[in-house]
Amino acid sequence: MVSSKMEKSPADLLASPGLSSMLKSLKLKTKQQELLIRVSILFLVYVLAFIARLFSVLRYESMIHEFDPYFNYRVTQYLTQKGFYEFWNWFDSESWYPLGRIVGGTLYPGLMVTAAFIYWTLRFLRFAVHIREVCVLTAPFFAANTTLVAYFFGKELWDSGAGLVAAALIAICPGYISRSVAGSYDNEGVAIFALLLTFYLFVKAVNTGSLAWGLASALGYFYMVSAWGGYVFIINLIPLYVLVLLITGRYSMRLYVAYNCMYVLGTLLAMQIRFVGFQHVQSGEHMAAMGMFFLMQVFYFLDWVKYLLNDPKKFHSFLRITVTSAVGLGAIALGVGTASGYISPWTGRFYSLLDPTYAKDHIPIIASVSEHQPTAWSSFMFDFHILLILFPAGLYFCFKRLSDATIFIVMYGLTSMYFAGVMVRLILVATPAVCLISAIAVSATVKNLTQLVRAKSKPASGGSGKGAASAKVLSKGSLDQSMPFQKNGAVALLLGVFYLLSRYAIHCTWVTSEAYSSPSIVLAARGANGNRVIFDDYREAYFWLRQNTPPDAKVMSWWDYGYQITAMGNRTVIVDNNTWNNTHIATVGRAMSSYEDEAYEIMRSLDVDYVLVVFGGVTGYSSDDINKFLWMVRIGGGVFPVIKEPDYLVNGEYRVDKGAAPKMLNCLMYKLSYYRFGELTTEYGKPPGYDRARGVEIGNKDIKLEHLEEAFTTSNWIVRIYKVKPPNNRW
Amino acid sequence: MAAPKSVAVFFAVLNLISLLPFIAFSFSPDQPTDRKILVLLDDLSLKSSHSIFFNTLQSRGFDLDFKLADDPSIAVKRYGQYLYDGLVLFSPSADRFGGSLNIEGVLDFVDSGHDLILAGDSNASDLIRNIAAECGVEFDEDTSAMVIDHAGYAVSETEGDHTLIASDEFIQSDVILGSKKLEAPVLFKGIGHSLNPENSLVLKVLSASSSAYSANPTSKLSNPPSLTGTSISLVSVVQARNNARIMISGSLGLFSNRLFRSGVQKIGSLNKYEKSGNEQFVTELSKWIFHERGHLKAVHLKHNKIGETEEPSIYRINDDLEFSVEIFEWSGTSWVPYVANDVQVQFYMMSPYVLKTLSTNQKGLYHTSFKVPDVYGVFQFKIEYQRLGYTTLSLSKQVNIHSCVSFHKFC
Repeated sequence: MVSSKMEKSPADLLASPGLSSMLKSLKLKTKQQELLIRVSILFLVYVLAFIARLFSVLRYESMIHEFDPYFNYRVTQYLTQKGFYEFWNWFDSESWYPLGRIVGGTLYPGLMVTAAFIYWTLRFLRFAVHIREVCVLTAPFFAANTTLVAYFFGKELWDSGAGLVAAALIAICPGYISRSVAGSYDNEGVAIFALLLTFYLFVKAVNTGSLAWGLASALGYFYMVSAWGGYVFIINLIPLYVLVLLITGRYSMRLYVAYNCMYVLGTLLAMQIRFVGFQHVQSGEHMAAMGMFFLMQVFYFLDWVKYLLNDPKKFHSFLRITVTSAVGLGAIALGVGTASGYISPWTGRFYSLLDPTYAKDHIPIIASVSEHQPTAWSSFMFDFHILLILFPAGLYFCFKRLSDATIFIVMYGLTSMYFAGVMVRLILVATPAVCLISAIAVSATVKNLTQLVRAKSKPASGGSGKGAASAKVLSKGSLDQSMPFQKNGAVALLLGVFYLLSRYAIHCTWVTSEAYSSPSIVLAARGANGNRVIFDDYREAYFWLRQNTPPDAKVMSWWDYGYQITAMGNRTVIVDNNTWNNTHIATVGRAMSSYEDEAYEIMRSLDVDYVLVVFGGVTGYSSDDINKFLWMVRIGGGVFPVIKEPDYLVNGEYRVDKGAAPKMLNCLMYKLSYYRFGELTTEYGKPPGYDRARGVEIGNKDIKLEHLEEAFTTSNWIVRIYKVKPPNNRW
Repeated sequence: MAAPKSVAVFFAVLNLISLLPFIAFSFSPDQPTDRKILVLLDDLSLKSSHSIFFNTLQSRGFDLDFKLADDPSIAVKRYGQYLYDGLVLFSPSADRFGGSLNIEGVLDFVDSGHDLILAGDSNASDLIRNIAAECGVEFDEDTSAMVIDHAGYAVSETEGDHTLIASDEFIQSDVILGSKKLEAPVLFKGIGHSLNPENSLVLKVLSASSSAYSANPTSKLSNPPSLTGTSISLVSVVQARNNARIMISGSLGLFSNRLFRSGVQKIGSLNKYEKSGNEQFVTELSKWIFHERGHLKAVHLKHNKIGETEEPSIYRINDDLEFSVEIFEWSGTSWVPYVANDVQVQFYMMSPYVLKTLSTNQKGLYHTSFKVPDVYGVFQFKIEYQRLGYTTLSLSKQVNIHSCVSFHKFC
């Protein structure tokens, strides 16, 4: 640090003879200078990655965001309070009433254990932090760590220049920030770090053929398995990569060591996670890796036979027999395993990745989630910006300099880009690959251009900081000097690159600040005067539940709000965001879409005491229950055919105004959302009962409730809670 | 020093004295029999004309508070507390009550667990009819109609219009009507009612015979009567879900000294009784209404693993557990063990996974043991005991069932 300060103020340096001699000695060691600059840049990128994710804390407060993170937070609290064994054995009776949920066996504990470990470490070091602060900052911390991994990965793939660019790109890439801002305490926050680490270590193992790196990648894989269900991507991508290497004739002992070590140890370790268990040897999704493992042995065996035989003709016939019998055996084993039910078939989620239309037809519960929708082009542009253009350029560079490592990154990039196109949320998985490949493009381009610039006037090099950094790491290359105005062109292009990169930085900051830092539990809107209006209705409602209802009260709501109700309201819910039981969710969907007296029977059978609905008609909040209602009908109708979607539509159109379907106007969800709404004037110049979220006057203003009574409505009507009345005393 | 202390003692004693009546006379789960009863009358002369009924109540220890139905000082509730445990409405013609009491007030009184005796009569007011209707009983809409039975009237000196009928079609329940069999028929002169079929809680205690019908006895029958035969109920009771008990009679005369004392002979019957069954019928029914009989309580719901005594918060699948509950019956003065062989427990999660009849030790303790089913979830031990005349026992206790986890101390 001291020396970097000196560099910045040469005038001061020259004034003192002692320092100038130090500078002289510094100047002698160019390697060290380069290392110093590299470390400083990496350090700055590290800090940048962390602080860029703190917008949400500054704008709002240090709080947990959205839906799933609330469950993770609650589990982490439990873990830190009760200890690891209690956590592992936790049977949660507050969710999925009356089925309950065995939490320890149905989650990926990596995130919670990580946060608890950080918490315990800080406590041990006598930092009196609250567990919430740790949870809020876990994702930014791991995002910062990811930049380091990206640097080393880039270095492994190309050179350290590409590594630095990759670190800088991934530090602020919106596709990653969207899932790792402060407060976004979700599995993905640590999983992307684990994913990239595993890939890096595996590539390193392939490049070196070292057992140690193979072991390291197995450990990385273990961490990934413990953290996120997305590990299935790793366990399928790596065999695919190995297969490509085998086909292209790049089989080597390095690959053999790396893959076998990673696969065997990784599988054994992954089995220790209860939620995963024996899936590695029993589920169809993991069979590719196992098949590849056996294929590798066959290859090794063939190599050995070839060495022994020394006769190409004999070997050729031997090869034919061995390959045929190996493939045949494998196919028979797979067939028998599947037929006997030992190997489970692919799950619906896996199918829906391979076939984007599958979920829509077969699993409405997956299709109903907005982040499972196919990605629009605009969101690619939004999340990647210039990387979208640099990505193909990077692929070009990778193909130009093919190696085991670049083949890997190309495959990672292409497959993850496909998955990103299938589901919006998988942009996240593609982001590291896109950043790395783009970094190769930027680094290689800038390197070539600076070489051109430096070719004629070497002393003039080292203009801007970044250019110098890239130039420093140049290796010598031959220059083609046949083109006229080459130098000017190169300078212009360099300026263009810097312009693009600075636009990228501006875009990322803007996106982070505007789009990805909203906690979604607190809503913000612009008032008429441009001032910021905060709607804190969710927490108001959950706090009301916590304070005013009996501790064993059961709350029915659509599953989106389940985690929040249990975490913030501390009350039992019927269904929550862990959508493991479709029938139970369908029962709730059926209750919401039935008439009140039918719904009352269902609610009585589930011991429901309170019903919670989210309603945006007053504020214009559009992701409310009325807009989600068709999914409730579809999911409910998927299990209970008495619920039919056309009953709620008029000529295929979903309406809530006077022209709405009669069943729609009288179903429980409509009644609970619009109860007493007909008396309210929401907007000047509009009739009472004007729904601002849908822009219509509602069709049923005279709503009478028979079996439920309004218990609480938040100040902006966003959350409405109703009490289920006991059966009539005298009837 | 001494003076303030004595003042303090004085106030303490005063407090105790003022509390005493509440302690002694208020209705409580430990002493389910009512204590203080408000009687609303149309006319204070009813006090003497129905004195036998009132005297039997007072002799059983009830504190009766007589008021005219339009007395402006009527209040059943003060500072959110009910002042009475029971209400007797002998005011069939009252259009409105005095004071703050109204129909909602009466229904709230019942819905907060208090008992009601309601007597209608011919020309009963809309108020009385509406209260009855809220309890599932529809009086004949024709205000001048009475129950007429040409084949079941009581023999009397004058031929009359056959509106004084002698009925012996009682509900078959020792709990409601007492164990002593009612020999003599009950004399009834008043309006009939039908039970609302939607109401599952209302019971016919005294019903008319198959030859009875409800019509205006003075005018000629032009249309077929709306109420006929055994569907006419003369006296009905409701046991609400909160165990409040309601008696609705179509006749105020049912309770009168005159009918209590008069002899009875049913037409076509040779048996002539010196005394009608009214006194026994009304007295026994009032005992039931005021919770002197047929009141059960279940206490000490307990469950534990076999061989242990502690109640665990969680069971493992296939654990063997013991379940026990104590059930007592209120005899009017004390709790005595309730003996039955049909009490069942459900081990319930959305549907009963285990349904077992409990065995009893004849001293009130009911117990059984069973194996926890091989399903995890939030289960309830549920006792739903509904028997004619008895208060409903509905208890549940929640318990978690969790599958066995491999490496921890629990296993």
